[in-house]
Amino acid sequence: MSARVDMPEYRVSFREKWQMGQGEMVLRYGSLILMLLISVGPFVWQLATSFKGPADDIYSFPPSFVPTDFTTDNYGQVMRTIPVIKYAWHSLIVATTLVVTNVFFATLAGYAFGALRFRFKGLLMALVLSTLLLPAEVTLTSQYLTIKSLGFADSLVGVILPGAIGAINVLLMTAAAAAIPPSILEAATIDGASTWQRIRHVVWPNVRGMASVVGLMSFIQGWDDFLWPLVVLSDPEKYTLTVGMQYLQSNFGSDPRVVAAGTVIALVPIIVLFALMQKQFFKGVESGAVKG
Amino acid sequence: MKSLRGLTPYLLAFPAVLWVLVFSIWPFLNTVVLSFTDARPLRTPEPVGLANYAKLFRDEQFGYAVTTSLTYTLIAVPLLTFLPLLLALLVKAKLPGISFFRTTFYFPVIASVVVVGIIWMWMFDSQGLVNQTLQMLGITDRPVNFLVDRWLIILTAALLTIWKGLGYYMVVYLAALGSIDKELYEAAALDGAGPIRRFWSVTVPGVRGAMLLVTALITAAAMRVFSELFVLTNGSGGPGGHAMSLVMQIKQVGSGLAGQIGYASALSVALFVLTIGPMLFVGWVQQGDNVREGIRNWQKARAFKKSQRVAA
Repeated sequence: MSARVDMPEYRVSFREKWQMGQGEMVLRYGSLILMLLISVGPFVWQLATSFKGPADDIYSFPPSFVPTDFTTDNYGQVMRTIPVIKYAWHSLIVATTLVVTNVFFATLAGYAFGALRFRFKGLLMALVLSTLLLPAEVTLTSQYLTIKSLGFADSLVGVILPGAIGAINVLLMTAAAAAIPPSILEAATIDGASTWQRIRHVVWPNVRGMASVVGLMSFIQGWDDFLWPLVVLSDPEKYTLTVGMQYLQSNFGSDPRVVAAGTVIALVPIIVLFALMQKQFFKGVESGAVKG
Repeated sequence: MKSLRGLTPYLLAFPAVLWVLVFSIWPFLNTVVLSFTDARPLRTPEPVGLANYAKLFRDEQFGYAVTTSLTYTLIAVPLLTFLPLLLALLVKAKLPGISFFRTTFYFPVIASVVVVGIIWMWMFDSQGLVNQTLQMLGITDRPVNFLVDRWLIILTAALLTIWKGLGYYMVVYLAALGSIDKELYEAAALDGAGPIRRFWSVTVPGVRGAMLLVTALITAAAMRVFSELFVLTNGSGGPGGHAMSLVMQIKQVGSGLAGQIGYASALSVALFVLTIGPMLFVGWVQQGDNVREGIRNWQKARAFKKSQRVAA
């Protein structure tokens, strides 16, 4: 977790260093530690609870972060209650498919919109852009009718399909492709490179940075989405992790230890991903990728 | 061969355009059309004129839903506009270990609302951590019904959103703070402005653009609240469904075999009207240059065509 986050830094000037007395340092670190407790405290507490046995008082005050009756039974219990591994697998399928389709198709469209000239380009771009104004919640009911008429109700395909090519991703890739110097693309054309070779060897190396942002955002969207899979999926055997977690909480929520084990299983993959790709996360926020 | 090459851009853009048409534009048009019908599953829809819209004004549940969504928005927007800025100011200085703090503050952003909601249900339970803290501090002597009372459910949901969004908007503000001229602070300090004065007269004007964007983003998102309220109330929308948001009502009215798709569509159009203002604003702030350039290109192309026609 100690990897440096790449964000604009404020150089502390000499004057500021001199002014920042001990009192201010204590105040600053005090606030930072308080915020740390507020932001990650609940997760750590949840992790601790998932390892607490029946002899542990989970309502003790102040909350204890160390289990005294340590057990891993809660994990076994949650797997017997709901097929949590299967749910995680479903979420993984949805999220990785969204990564592949969004990166691939948004790169192609981004190249066309950002670097090529053709008739009706402005019109087609306006069409894609206009849908950014349209929240998915507004089209929820009709979207479900469309998916049902295509025969994909109650299936993972139905969960994946509408988000497979996001307009925001096309936009981000268009911006990335527009930043490629035209001279390199022309040089490749003169060298007789086919469209596919140009994309593979000239466009892709230039837009890879943005593509990783798009991929990451698509993964998070797929992994964390709740409303759409909740509407599409009716068979509990087919649930994704978020829908499954809500199902666990509302039907078997009597033992918080077991529910805690479930939430830890849901959290681990995304935290690992975050630890590995912090830079892209922050870049994604700055490039204006609206979160879902 | 030449004609094939001319087709390439269209082939490349085709999947994206098709997707936008099938999964955004068509469902939207369909929603508008269905809102003027009595559509239900397994039945041919009959046009009913404005009946669904007239029903909106008589529907008590719609009144509750709009009030819930608006109240939630009114709590979440100002707090989520200012608190992340303060947080960004706290983590912007180069102190030892600061990137560790920045990273951990981002944690709640990546977790799914459902998981966070489950943790919060437990914390705001009558025996939960929050109630125990309040009682220890002597603020209340009885547990507060955070998850039972309508207004407290809305408040808890808004607090959840704020807690989860802090890290995200902190990063947005950090980028904006980096572009404020350092000399402005020094000049203000020389003029004898204290930290609070500097905050209002240097920091806030310096991040005004980011702040407007953040406000619009949060407003548009807040009007669409669903998961927080759904999870905290186990899908019921609180006592009598009074803490149900507009999106929750759309889902409830429109789904199932008895789903009133026509009425759900009218509710969806109402939601669209409530979100379009802030969305337009976000679009303008983020994409204004692109849109302006697009319009310019279009005008240029038209002028060019016209001149060719005149020449011919």
